[in-house]
Amino acid sequence: MISGAGLIAILPLLLLAGTPILLMLMITVRRSHGLTLGLTLLGLAASFASLWVAAAAAPQRVTPLLVVDQYALVYFGMIIAATAAVAGLAYGYLEQHAVEKEEFYILLLTAALGAAVLAASSHFVSFFLGLEILSISLYALNAYLYPRKTALEAGIKYLVLAAASAAFLLFGMALIYAAVGTMDFGHMAGLMMETAGGSRTLLLPGLAMIITGIGFKLALVPFHMWTPDVYQGAPPPVAAFIATVSKGGMFALLLRYFYRLELHNYAPVVVVFTIIAIASMLGGNLLALLQSNVKRILAYSSIAHMGYVLVAFIASGELAVEAVTFYLVAYFVTIIGAFGVVTVLANGNEDAESLESYRGLFWRRPALAGIMTAMLLSLTGIPVTAGFIGKFYVVEAGASSSAWALLIILVVSSVIGAFYYLRVIFALYAGAPEKPAEVAPRMAFGASVLVVLTLLLIWLGVYPAPLLHVLRAALPG
Amino acid sequence: MILVWFIAILLVGGVACWVAARWSASACRWIALAATAADFALSMVLWIRNYPVNLLQQQDWLRQVNWNWFPEAGIHFHLALDGLSLLLVVLTFFLGIVSVLASWTEIREGVGFFHLNLLWVLAGITGVFLAVDLFLFYFAWELMLIPMYFLIAIWGHERRVYAAVKFFLFTQLSGLLMLIAILALYIIHHSATGVYTFEYSELIGTSMPLHVAIWVMLGFFIAFAVKLPMVPVHTWLPDAHTEAPTAGSVILAGLLLKTGAYGLLRFVLPLFPAAAHWFSPIAAALAAIGIIYGAVLAFAQTNLKRLVAYTSVSHLGFVLLAIFVWNKLALEGALITIIAHGISTGALFVLVGGLQERIHTREMDRMGGLWQTIPRFSGAAMFFAMASIGLPGLGDFVGEFLILLGTYKVSVGLTVAASIGVLASTLYGLKFIQRAFHGSNVHHWELHDLFAREVVILAPMIAILLWLGLFPQPVLNTFAPTMEKLQQHASQQYQAYERGQQ
Repeated sequence: MISGAGLIAILPLLLLAGTPILLMLMITVRRSHGLTLGLTLLGLAASFASLWVAAAAAPQRVTPLLVVDQYALVYFGMIIAATAAVAGLAYGYLEQHAVEKEEFYILLLTAALGAAVLAASSHFVSFFLGLEILSISLYALNAYLYPRKTALEAGIKYLVLAAASAAFLLFGMALIYAAVGTMDFGHMAGLMMETAGGSRTLLLPGLAMIITGIGFKLALVPFHMWTPDVYQGAPPPVAAFIATVSKGGMFALLLRYFYRLELHNYAPVVVVFTIIAIASMLGGNLLALLQSNVKRILAYSSIAHMGYVLVAFIASGELAVEAVTFYLVAYFVTIIGAFGVVTVLANGNEDAESLESYRGLFWRRPALAGIMTAMLLSLTGIPVTAGFIGKFYVVEAGASSSAWALLIILVVSSVIGAFYYLRVIFALYAGAPEKPAEVAPRMAFGASVLVVLTLLLIWLGVYPAPLLHVLRAALPG
Repeated sequence: MILVWFIAILLVGGVACWVAARWSASACRWIALAATAADFALSMVLWIRNYPVNLLQQQDWLRQVNWNWFPEAGIHFHLALDGLSLLLVVLTFFLGIVSVLASWTEIREGVGFFHLNLLWVLAGITGVFLAVDLFLFYFAWELMLIPMYFLIAIWGHERRVYAAVKFFLFTQLSGLLMLIAILALYIIHHSATGVYTFEYSELIGTSMPLHVAIWVMLGFFIAFAVKLPMVPVHTWLPDAHTEAPTAGSVILAGLLLKTGAYGLLRFVLPLFPAAAHWFSPIAAALAAIGIIYGAVLAFAQTNLKRLVAYTSVSHLGFVLLAIFVWNKLALEGALITIIAHGISTGALFVLVGGLQERIHTREMDRMGGLWQTIPRFSGAAMFFAMASIGLPGLGDFVGEFLILLGTYKVSVGLTVAASIGVLASTLYGLKFIQRAFHGSNVHHWELHDLFAREVVILAPMIAILLWLGLFPQPVLNTFAPTMEKLQQHASQQYQAYERGQQ
């Protein structure tokens, strides 16, 4: 049974789970978009506040399935905050569309719950449960604007591929279970090394299949095919959610799994991840060069950024966890900000996708263009933005473990990346500065989310010390 | 604190300009002028009050600010100023005033945002010259890139996007290589001493095997060589210069290129003397090639801005040569060239910008005989062209002469090659004057001679070049203590390395 302290430790998860139930009950009584958003944010705020309560009880093992430690709590915080930002952005966006709006928030919260379970998981069962809670919510979220053709395409594509990758994952888990006889990461650690000689025939294919499943969720090359289509078809807030919360939860799990099993001593796995990292960095950036759709550019860019994170991850020195987590925080802020601008620019049936719709934005809506510039510069890794510190940490982690080849590829590919970010930035400032046509911000709520994100971006870029203090203490157990 | 003020005035001034431009473009210009002038006045006061510069043995800096930023990782907000940075900072603010004045009538669209970028790029450059924490240095180094990109991409000429992107990618790539080198140095220092620090004065004693030092040194060297620019990584420069608005060209030639020279002086040789010694034949050869190549290509241009751009390649080749020769005469020459080239080339860009405003072209074929219609303007152009080709009595001559003297002590061959460059410079200088100003006025231009604003810009520049040419001693005195320190650091390091070899 779960002890009292255990319940306190998983309080953030309970609140995340409770809010959608409350929402469902409320919808049966009365449909109100504003009230739903308010309740969602309230639930998220309560869950976020409960992190400190849970921290007092951490580290705590709650049933064999979950571990709530400092590390999990950091990721909880990231997931909850990102979900709140996405909810804020979605409000104005959904207002423009003639679909039922309230259920969106239920799905969003359950998806966040799934991601949070992943971050706390230390067992194959909770791994799979978290993954499915997350994925199934995303199927519906992707196709939420069902009158649109592209939305259906995105939904079905994601459904089919995610189901296939989940099957791979299950098969991999089964193989590893067959080899070592346990599904708990802690027990697995010792057994892996012992059985490394004997049942390698089962272990290696098992690991390969698990990596396939994880690679799909993280959209790493060569499992990235779905990304641009889904990002393009899904509503922009949902695309932001997939790019951040879904990947963040999965990365938290990957890091914990690796750390626990000491897989960085396991040469074949390191080689595979090195190849994947190189392919993702180069593939993501090169493919983005060919795009002229901002959503697709961001999709490929996010593939490349996962490759950068892998560089720190592979380096696996003492800095690795800190560098990965910081990079993910910076990436969360930046990607949500960039998709946020796409969201806020949407009008009615058209999303602001083509590069054309950004041309000369600075002279029409300078604040919005400024925010987009800040986000793109952060993706490029220019100082004063969070992305700079993130890239700095990744390079430091790589250098401290002498991964020079990876670093050189990181440098080359991020210069390629700079090229297409500049294309977008140039579009923002292009065109004759006409008379500034003041357009009142249509999505006041979304706009204020963007302002907060920008301030956060600059704060992290100028004074990252407080966050780094928190991250130092957070090692996966 | 005054060092923080230098940067803060520019940053705040930039934002103030942007806000003010909503109501009045000329208010914005005046704010920008006031901000640069205030900084210039402050830096001059600092110089005069500290002249003659006496750095005692135990004292490294004239002024410094050292705040904790992220102390656990050894990152400090550490700005410091010695003779070298003082001179460069004064030059920065002077050219800042020049570029604000030069864009007074040229920039008519997006005035507020233009001045925001202008002041911020100056702030970034000031940061580069003052930072002695390598993290802060890299921060400023990358930061000056963005406003410069905007200056070229928004207010540039016909092929501005191409030029801006090329500029950005070149500097970004080389900058990231420097980032790896900085972090490698940081980690090597940590493994040797157990201390994490980005502090320049602590890293300066880091010892490492030669083959490691060479790689780390190359990371720094490439970043600075691209900025300098050294042949063969100079190709971004003619495009960026040609397409940039006047103020952009002035800042590029006068200051941005100098950050490369400054980096070599401040970081590469003192931090990695043994590796630099190993590398010096290659660097010096590339410098000599650059001197001749730049001069020859300048002669072949028909676009005035491109011509001036290639002269920069040639002149900065002298600076690179001097830095790798690394003796007293050559270093003094390098410093004078850095300043004099900033002034003379800056003035030439102002003049070319003035012509562009008057006749809307930079092609020499469309000019000719301009002396008849704008004699005073042409006279000024003549003066700066002569300065640029190294006429005795003007600043550039002193610099190049000292560099040749210094180089002669090391290698006669290099001196001969560099002297050929001086000869070739006469050709392009004369071509510039003859094609544009002499001859008959075939296109029948009727133009306005120098405006009062242009006189205000050019007169002090003439005075400074004369001063540098006739009595450069105050500048050299200011530089001397720093130069001794740099040489001392480098030779101590080098001797330690030699002892280790035996």
